[in-house]
Amino acid sequence: MPEFENPDVLPPKGVRPPLLGPGHDLGTVTDRIAGIVLQKHTPVFWLMIFGVSAMLFGVLNAAIGYLFFRGTGIWGINIPSGWGFAIINFVWWIGIGHAGTLISAILLLFKQSWRTSINRFAEAMTIFAVMQAGLFPLIHTGRPWLAAYWLFPYPNSMGVWPQFRSPLIWDVFAVSTYFTVSLLFWGIGLIPDFASLRDSAKTLVVRRIYGIFAMGWRGSARHWNRYETAYMLLAGLATPLVLSVHSVVSLDFASAVLPGWHTTFFPPYFVAGAIYSGFAMVLILAIPFRYLYGMQDFITLRHLQNCAKLMLATGLIVAYSYAMEAFFAWYSPDKYERAAMWNRMTGPYKGYYWTLILCNIILPQSLWFNKVRSTPWRLFVVSLVVNTGMWLERYVIIVTSLQRDFLPSSWGMYWFTKWDLMTLLGTMGFFTLLFFLFIRFMPAISIFEIRSLLPQSKVKE
Amino acid sequence: MTASHSHASPIYGLMAEFENPTDLVHAAKGAFEAGYRKMDTYTPYPLEEAAEAVGAHHNRVPLVTLIGAILGMVGGYSLEYWVSAVNYPINVGGKPYHSWPAFIPVTFECAILGASLAAVFGMLTLNGLPQPYHPVFNSPNFVRASRDRFFLCIESQDPKFRLEDTRRFLEGFRPHEITEVPY
Repeated sequence: MPEFENPDVLPPKGVRPPLLGPGHDLGTVTDRIAGIVLQKHTPVFWLMIFGVSAMLFGVLNAAIGYLFFRGTGIWGINIPSGWGFAIINFVWWIGIGHAGTLISAILLLFKQSWRTSINRFAEAMTIFAVMQAGLFPLIHTGRPWLAAYWLFPYPNSMGVWPQFRSPLIWDVFAVSTYFTVSLLFWGIGLIPDFASLRDSAKTLVVRRIYGIFAMGWRGSARHWNRYETAYMLLAGLATPLVLSVHSVVSLDFASAVLPGWHTTFFPPYFVAGAIYSGFAMVLILAIPFRYLYGMQDFITLRHLQNCAKLMLATGLIVAYSYAMEAFFAWYSPDKYERAAMWNRMTGPYKGYYWTLILCNIILPQSLWFNKVRSTPWRLFVVSLVVNTGMWLERYVIIVTSLQRDFLPSSWGMYWFTKWDLMTLLGTMGFFTLLFFLFIRFMPAISIFEIRSLLPQSKVKE
Repeated sequence: MTASHSHASPIYGLMAEFENPTDLVHAAKGAFEAGYRKMDTYTPYPLEEAAEAVGAHHNRVPLVTLIGAILGMVGGYSLEYWVSAVNYPINVGGKPYHSWPAFIPVTFECAILGASLAAVFGMLTLNGLPQPYHPVFNSPNFVRASRDRFFLCIESQDPKFRLEDTRRFLEGFRPHEITEVPY
């Protein structure tokens, strides 16, 4: 397909928007991306968003502080619903991270050059989302100091060890490995760009600070050779890792005997949902970022369209999973399984269930239209809808199975409290806070990888 | 490299600056064919052709990564075995103490973790990073090596290095500029 010149105007039918705006060379891409970081003046919109997210971060601190003081009684959890917002939010946030790894690792292995403009901030998104997710296992007991020996195997004075046959401990290893590997991947990607910032910095202090993080990177051919090898190996390692993480998360549920949870197809179903919500979050971040910083030359309509297509594809896998989930329940001879599914659709939480179907299956079908895929604000709205739907999916899975299990005498209801809500909103604030700090102090687009996309970067024979 | 060795020549090497990658790779290939070995190119993005031209074909990062993966795998499984079967055996639903299928996920995660740490820190160690000081940064226009220029440095350590001859040799490739790099 031929490519169209202007990156921000929808080209005629049959013509693709470009991957990079016209008229760039090695110097201008460096100045444009490094400029966001090196500019003295902090934009007003940045200060406003930072202020709001800092307030929400304060709300998070208040909610957690009160939790540690009073215990989990301030939340809506009870018996039978021992898992509530903490686990819903954990699964939601960790799922969001998955698209970052998909973009940076899997698309790298498939040599998809469109990943280059969005991989850096998608990786940052992964790390910050996993940080929000990781918060919940630490606080969900209300007594985080106990988490140390409950979660991590270390020789302690009581002589007790974690239970390695439990998926919950697999989760600890999966999530902490995922966080570490994501951090390493992001970190080595940043080294050459820190060197660029060091060399473009105008003041000595800034040069010294980025110089420390650049670790003396000088772009030597031998260094690049090892660097590229390590980068590809990390991509190859991150690919099975990212698939394992949400699979292990799903086993937290699937290995329990509860109706609605005890299903073998949970791992692929959860992984598809994770990537679905992750792409929605990539778009939620990319669309305002390119608009506010005028980065339409780097994050073009082509990138948005490709993310939208992947969102549509994973959304269809999710839709198929919902259909199969209902089919399994109906086809099985298990009356508890049937009752659990029927309870989801018609029980006290049916509003949540049908809203989730609306958000995750019906409304995203608008992505079949090129007009929706190519209009940033429409795409932004669909992404918000999808992430709402994915949160509701976790709510429905967790709450409806716990509140009505085998014995009607042990049934109960779960309603969240204001502290639950404050914690959820607080993590959104914390996430935004970290993300905007990242945009201000680190190159949000990989400069050296963008350079190698330019036609003049190729060696001519 | 010993201290006395490094001061055999008053300069680190000769740095030739090129405006595009094609000229750089051409010069690097030419220098390799002329018998120069102690040289390196400095580019703002990875350039496979430049690495090949200076003779950097293979590296030991994959080996280090494999060792990391094996250590992680063995370490993870041994930890689970020792905890569950030796130090703290607990009967859970009649499952055997050494219930190996349940130990696979953690073993897998530990292998990935070990491999990733080895890949990153192995790459940094083999590259000699972090390195607070390196002579190439004394070259006046070298800040552009992380921006839009391409550099080839023939080091004075090379047995074939003769200041005047090497300078004349590099001039044959029509670089933008040639500078002496002091220590």
